[in-house]
Amino acid sequence: MSMPNTTTSPTAVPAGMRARILAVTSGKGGVGKTFVSANLAAALVRQGERVLVLDADLGLANLDVVLNLFPKITLHDVFTGKSTLDEAILQAPGGFSVLLAGSGLVEYSRLTPEVRDKLLEIIQALAPRFDRILIDTGAGISDVVLYAISLAHEVLVVATPEPTSLTDAYATIKVLATQQQRTSLSLAVNQVSRIGEGRVIRGQLQQVVDRFVTPTMADPSVAFRLELIGEIPSDTSVREAVQRRQLLLETFPGSEAAKGVSGMAARLAAS
Amino acid sequence: MSSPVPSLPHGPASTDPASARLNLGVALQLLSQSGHELPALEKVGSTAWLQAIVDALCDLSSRDPLTGLANRRHFEVALAREIDRVARVGEPALVLMVDIDRFKAVNDTHGHAAGDLVIQFVAEALQECVRPMDTVARFGGEEFAVILPNCPPAFGQTVAERIRRKVEQGVITVATQQQLSVTISIGGAYAPQWVRSSAPLWIERADQQLYRAKTTGRNRACLEQPTVSMVSVEEKGMLFGTSQFQDIESTS
Repeated sequence: MSMPNTTTSPTAVPAGMRARILAVTSGKGGVGKTFVSANLAAALVRQGERVLVLDADLGLANLDVVLNLFPKITLHDVFTGKSTLDEAILQAPGGFSVLLAGSGLVEYSRLTPEVRDKLLEIIQALAPRFDRILIDTGAGISDVVLYAISLAHEVLVVATPEPTSLTDAYATIKVLATQQQRTSLSLAVNQVSRIGEGRVIRGQLQQVVDRFVTPTMADPSVAFRLELIGEIPSDTSVREAVQRRQLLLETFPGSEAAKGVSGMAARLAAS
Repeated sequence: MSSPVPSLPHGPASTDPASARLNLGVALQLLSQSGHELPALEKVGSTAWLQAIVDALCDLSSRDPLTGLANRRHFEVALAREIDRVARVGEPALVLMVDIDRFKAVNDTHGHAAGDLVIQFVAEALQECVRPMDTVARFGGEEFAVILPNCPPAFGQTVAERIRRKVEQGVITVATQQQLSVTISIGGAYAPQWVRSSAPLWIERADQQLYRAKTTGRNRACLEQPTVSMVSVEEKGMLFGTSQFQDIESTS
């Protein structure tokens, strides 16, 4: 088919790009996706990477709250042409760069050709300057979320052990496997009650994927692989850090949850 | 075909000062020509009478004169409303773009009057194949668009195929002793459940499928693979099933 495809498959990331692009998504909101994005970025910086977090939660962003940054210039101004990209890039506490959506982006929460072009343009401009770009997507599986994910090389699905979160994570995996023809996804399980619970959950999800998703894929002979890259224990220090609007990795680097996030970064950096 | 339209009261015949100042001649003529009936019971110049004229004008401005289908303006309003509904209610919806195959050849060979008859025939076939709740519109030229709200993925291909066959099997009498048949190509795209899309993007996706139908031989219906975001009872059963608390991963 010679016409441009819009939402159905990963957008070809042009050659010469440097950064590995990782989309962080969750299906259900409120599972700690933004918390994971921010702290994972800080942990990757400690692995020696140059990292940028792109807040693609157009409309309902809260990365600014997590990082306690309230900039005058945001992605919104870049979209409208009022500011340049460089003016909108901020230094976040964890040593990474961040591009915040800003609340004015509600008008961009629908995927129009304009939003599509702008996001692609921004990613292409940023990619040569970083080792890794994390795209913090919105909750749900809207057109904007699916498009933002299509710009990424890899996808990290964040879930909690709650049944509603698992169902939504599964729905997200299903859509990404069938619509974007992805054959592997990373999984991080947040708020586990004990180490090992994440592995059980990965197994559950993989089992259902094998049974219901793989047979419907374009090439059913390729087994879809869900890879567990981290489990983050339920930890009171997380709540404490979030309420102080500080990064867990900065405030409580020795906490169990911080160790979980650091482990994820180490696994990502090594792969 | 229509009852005589009351003529505009000239001068101060009306007691209503507002309608006395209005020049409704052109509007009444338009409505008369398009076969709209104005309520004979309403007093000429009364508010109810004016409302009837406004309603009739709205109806007139949302229809395609040749086919009586919704026109493009009405289609765009209906599509925007459907996008809001899908995002809120979560029922999947389908948009079909329909194009008559090799229509130019019909016009060139049989003349524009025959072309008009073909367009009217396809319009009628479309209308007959869908539910009353669906919106069938003439999108422009020989292109039509259909909005099917609450259309489960399994139903989409069936309805598109039904439309295609209906047109293929029809015979159009364009002149005495002169009959012809036409085919159509159909492209379709779903608005997935809970997903807020935009109208241009949705149409663009259906157009891509129409393009695919055209380039793969015409007289066919190509529908975009629907996004399956529903999690079935079977899937949930397995996700939270009996093995919920068993570590099925081999610990190596």
